[in-house]
Amino acid sequence: MRSRIGILAMGGVVAAAIGMAAPAQARDLTVVSWGGNYQDGQREIYFKPYAEKTGKPVLDETWDGGYGVLQAKAKAGNPNWDVVQVEVEELALGCADGIYEKIDWEKLGGEDKFIPSAVNECGAGAIVWSTAIAYDSEKIAEGPQSWADFWDVQKFPGKRSLRKGPKYTLEFALMADGVPPAEIYDMLGTDEGVDRAFRKLDELKPNIVWWESGAQPLQFLASGEVAMASAYNGRITGINRTENRKFKVVWPGSIYAVDSWAILKGAENKDAGMDFIAFASQPENQARLPQYVAYGLPVKAAAEMVPAEYKADLPTEPDNMKDALSIDVDFWIDNAEALTQRFNAWLAQ
Amino acid sequence: MSETSLKGRLGALALVAPLVLFLAIFFAWPLASMLKESVSDPVGSHAFPLTAAVAGDWDRQSEPPEALKQAFVDDLRAIDDQQLLGDAVRRLNSAQNGFRTLMSRTIRAVEEQPEGPLDLVAVDKRWADVRFWRAVADSTNPYTDRYLLAALDYERDASGRIAALPAEASANTAILLRTLGIGAVVTLACALIGLPYAMLVASVDGWKRQALLGAVLLPLWTSLLVRTAAWFILLQEQGLINDTLMSLGLIGSPLPLIFNRLGVVIAMTHVLLPFMVLPIYSVLLSIPRNLMPAAASLGAPPWRAFLRVLLPLSLRGVVSGSLLVFMTAIGYYITPALIGGAQDQMISSVIAFYAIGSANWGMAGALGAILLVATLALYTVYGRLSADRAGGR
Repeated sequence: MRSRIGILAMGGVVAAAIGMAAPAQARDLTVVSWGGNYQDGQREIYFKPYAEKTGKPVLDETWDGGYGVLQAKAKAGNPNWDVVQVEVEELALGCADGIYEKIDWEKLGGEDKFIPSAVNECGAGAIVWSTAIAYDSEKIAEGPQSWADFWDVQKFPGKRSLRKGPKYTLEFALMADGVPPAEIYDMLGTDEGVDRAFRKLDELKPNIVWWESGAQPLQFLASGEVAMASAYNGRITGINRTENRKFKVVWPGSIYAVDSWAILKGAENKDAGMDFIAFASQPENQARLPQYVAYGLPVKAAAEMVPAEYKADLPTEPDNMKDALSIDVDFWIDNAEALTQRFNAWLAQ
Repeated sequence: MSETSLKGRLGALALVAPLVLFLAIFFAWPLASMLKESVSDPVGSHAFPLTAAVAGDWDRQSEPPEALKQAFVDDLRAIDDQQLLGDAVRRLNSAQNGFRTLMSRTIRAVEEQPEGPLDLVAVDKRWADVRFWRAVADSTNPYTDRYLLAALDYERDASGRIAALPAEASANTAILLRTLGIGAVVTLACALIGLPYAMLVASVDGWKRQALLGAVLLPLWTSLLVRTAAWFILLQEQGLINDTLMSLGLIGSPLPLIFNRLGVVIAMTHVLLPFMVLPIYSVLLSIPRNLMPAAASLGAPPWRAFLRVLLPLSLRGVVSGSLLVFMTAIGYYITPALIGGAQDQMISSVIAFYAIGSANWGMAGALGAILLVATLALYTVYGRLSADRAGGR
């Protein structure tokens, strides 16, 4: 009797193991984006209308970036995500590693419809976004104009918040040290340049509160924990609209980048995913995004359709772009690991 | 052995089989593969078999031989698995930054010229730098100690000797020691609060006991993230604690409670307190209630009765609670990230960066292995100490 129970129990385990290994049922198209008010907007203008149009549900999930996540999913085979919105670095790394499907540019109406930086064989641009200084104009009337002001704790007392990591930190440190935006990445390519950036960071180190997720810097500003922060421009405008704040974006010295839609290799719904990207790239659909979140649009025709009241807040506005810097993806895919290691060591000192 | 006893044994074996299987699949196997990941380095030898065959002939110091360069070009021509190539490039870039752009340029050049010798230095002048060739040659060994060395802030220099990395380049040992230090402080704080609290709980009855136990258990049922966020609200510069103290006129300017070690220890102590209180409480319940009156009847004042009777008996609970708290504490990641400052980050955040951020599983595995070894060493010391005490009594 006892042994029979044992056999039954073992049978249960084996059955459970087989159950886990059995192929899952057909999954609905799964689109992954960056959450927050941004994804709320995408849901209204992309996910829901696309589901209505095709008559099939669209699942939307959220992630916080990280190439390891995508690589692990694609490598394991049969990934549970289809379309993912990725940053330039993840796009470049993944395209070299072959973890994305190729984009069918015919279906999107040709590469000419997009701004050049939004065209890649593995990804189609979704937004142009920017990292910039944010401050509360109700607390600081005469706000900072540059990264040098951001570093100046005599003139603007209070703590500062920066993203924890070398990216969007070393560049700003060099700008604060007087390096013109166009020379930043050349300078960072040398050991002296990196040393100089870390020396400049040393000056501000006691006053820095580090943030990791995009909502944190705004929370620090709102609670008065810090006087200025680097933040994603869409979130700054977003919090002004939803919570009636008067946060300001300092465009000179900001760094902009393109986020892209990509399809994971071997994804079950890759064809539907391609259709979805085409839908999200139609000018009349994309043009509705800035009313939810202030990100620039990579489809040229869509950018022209944006109402004037929203235009002033977009990173793609010529005035805003004038003294801004484009992220150098080649620099970061080469140096991210070594510089992150050094950055972590610097933090720990 | 009689047939019935054999049957009985088989039955018992079958009964524990599910547990053994569970442990093997969900515990032993992942642990073993993590350890293997930290020393295995198969990518280079898979991707560059011809290079691997001739890499041994080169002393890693002089100008790399033509045969090595040609073998490498031939390997690049032969490779057709893009994911394998991607892994190899990541492996090379991790050893020597700059490899990603170098390799994409080189691969393009190799595709354009599918036959014959290729002057790599003409493709990119970085190929004239011996460090890049050393990284290629080193990557062809299927086993490596570089991850384990790097996890301890060491590397092999050009001649293959083990050398310490410069202090500004790597701080894993410092972060590991800090992790153990924070774990120890939190454990001590939990013990100092948990022991009196558990004694209080054990000494009352009825609804009071239920209420006191509930106060410990309720936080356990809330998500860790919510509890951490709650501490954030309490501790911040214009948070509840500072505002109250300021309005009472006790302090003139806000106390720095957040983004420092103090905040991390406060929040982690709160989160981990149940793991200390519950074991002590259950041990206290098993202590006969008449021991304290007995000590009193023998003339011991209450403090002596406590020190000589109750405390030694409840130490078993304190020790198991401390182990639980310490082991959990050293794996913490979210609380230091949200409440702590730059100098309070623990080793898990470094592991997370390598696993999630840069897909460097070797480094993540090596750091995990080091943490495991450190923990096991401490556990052994604990085992020795508690065995000695049991023997001496």
